[in-house]
Amino acid sequence: MDITGDASEVRTGTTIIAVEFEGGVVMGSDSRVSAGESVVNRVFNKLSPLHERIYCALSGSAADAQAIVDMAQYQLEMHSMEVGAPPQVIAAANVVRNISYKHKEELSAHLMVAGWDRRKGGQVYGTLDGMLTRHQVCIGGSGSSYIYGYVDSAYKSRMSKEECLQFVTNALTLAMGRDGSSGGVVHLVTITKDGVEPKLILSNDLPQFYDNE
Amino acid sequence: TLFRSVMMPVQRGESAARPGSYADLTPDWTHAEVSTGTTIMAVEFDGGVVIGADSRTTTGAYIANRVTDKLTPIHDRIYCCRSGSAADTQAIADAVAYQLGFHSIELDEPPLVHTAASLFKEMCYKYREDLTAGIIVAGWDSRKGGQVYSVPMGGMMVHQPFSIGGSGSSYIYGFVDSSYKKGMTKEECLTFTANAVALAMERDGSSGGVIRLAAITEGGVERKVILGNELPRFNIG
Repeated sequence: MDITGDASEVRTGTTIIAVEFEGGVVMGSDSRVSAGESVVNRVFNKLSPLHERIYCALSGSAADAQAIVDMAQYQLEMHSMEVGAPPQVIAAANVVRNISYKHKEELSAHLMVAGWDRRKGGQVYGTLDGMLTRHQVCIGGSGSSYIYGYVDSAYKSRMSKEECLQFVTNALTLAMGRDGSSGGVVHLVTITKDGVEPKLILSNDLPQFYDNE
Repeated sequence: TLFRSVMMPVQRGESAARPGSYADLTPDWTHAEVSTGTTIMAVEFDGGVVIGADSRTTTGAYIANRVTDKLTPIHDRIYCCRSGSAADTQAIADAVAYQLGFHSIELDEPPLVHTAASLFKEMCYKYREDLTAGIIVAGWDSRKGGQVYSVPMGGMMVHQPFSIGGSGSSYIYGFVDSSYKKGMTKEECLTFTANAVALAMERDGSSGGVIRLAAITEGGVERKVILGNELPRFNIG
């Protein structure tokens, strides 16, 4: 990516979110990549596959995040071959967490890991600061600050897949409305035992909320 | 020891933990700035306004006052919600209350909310370099009914149907953007405000305690307190 004219690092400012439901997970992200005040990519997909039914969501430094993903994809593939079975989501989360923790002083990217496996179904793990924590809902990135209140109030346990998709879309839209570093389109991914279903929601199809009129 | 009370809407008091410093060995409140983190909010409805705030003042990790009143009367039907430096906002509020009282006597009429907000704005803008004050002015007057004016740090003034402020407000932008509807009744506004402040208190370490609410209408000011055990609860695990 060419960022001449602006010496700022390329960051995925970001809002990312992952939710567990009965039978899988729904993950969502915005699509803005900024270098200082410029938006260098307005359609970037911050949901990256780590393995067939395990994805991660990226935030922070774009380069660091991609480096972690590359390392994690490799390690997970090796692990999966050695074990002779698809990796568990918690294994993927640990791989990402170990990389983040070992290099925490040099890295400034945060990834959350979510997916489906046979043992525990849908799971969402946060790996912020090198911790490993399981969540029903995990939000991250600069835009997440603005939606803690919304997520706390709107989340209900045992939502259906459709309700989760709506919840994630609403949360991302609200965050993108307030965070200058988040914006663009909404990328969604649903992961269940039947596989991975990506979805893209363009800006004009996003839900409308109070906008100061 | 004289503590300078500071309500910082964005930054919290921090200790510089450098190698060789004793900052980590002594309790942080011996060297941290006093901060009333704060969540404040005001909402207009047809016939008046509802205002709300948390009640926490912190000195580092120590809660210096857990029952602070951040809703300050400026005139009979005009209040302000204070965030930023407590000293600065108290001084400004006192000065504006004086000026407004005098103005109202000269006019022989209750003052306009817009006038009160303008007085805040004049002072906050003139002394912008020296002040740390984020203020929401809200009240009722006979010309335009209930009004909410936001005077954030820097000294601009803007009329809004509702406004949130303080460090805790960051966490509830999504909630208020999704929940606000035009044409809410007074009771709906009270519930909306209580829920929003409760959610912010749950997430912002610098906000907490009780929720103080007030409803200002032509008939007067009605104050309410929601104690800790009565706070709205949300089911996030």
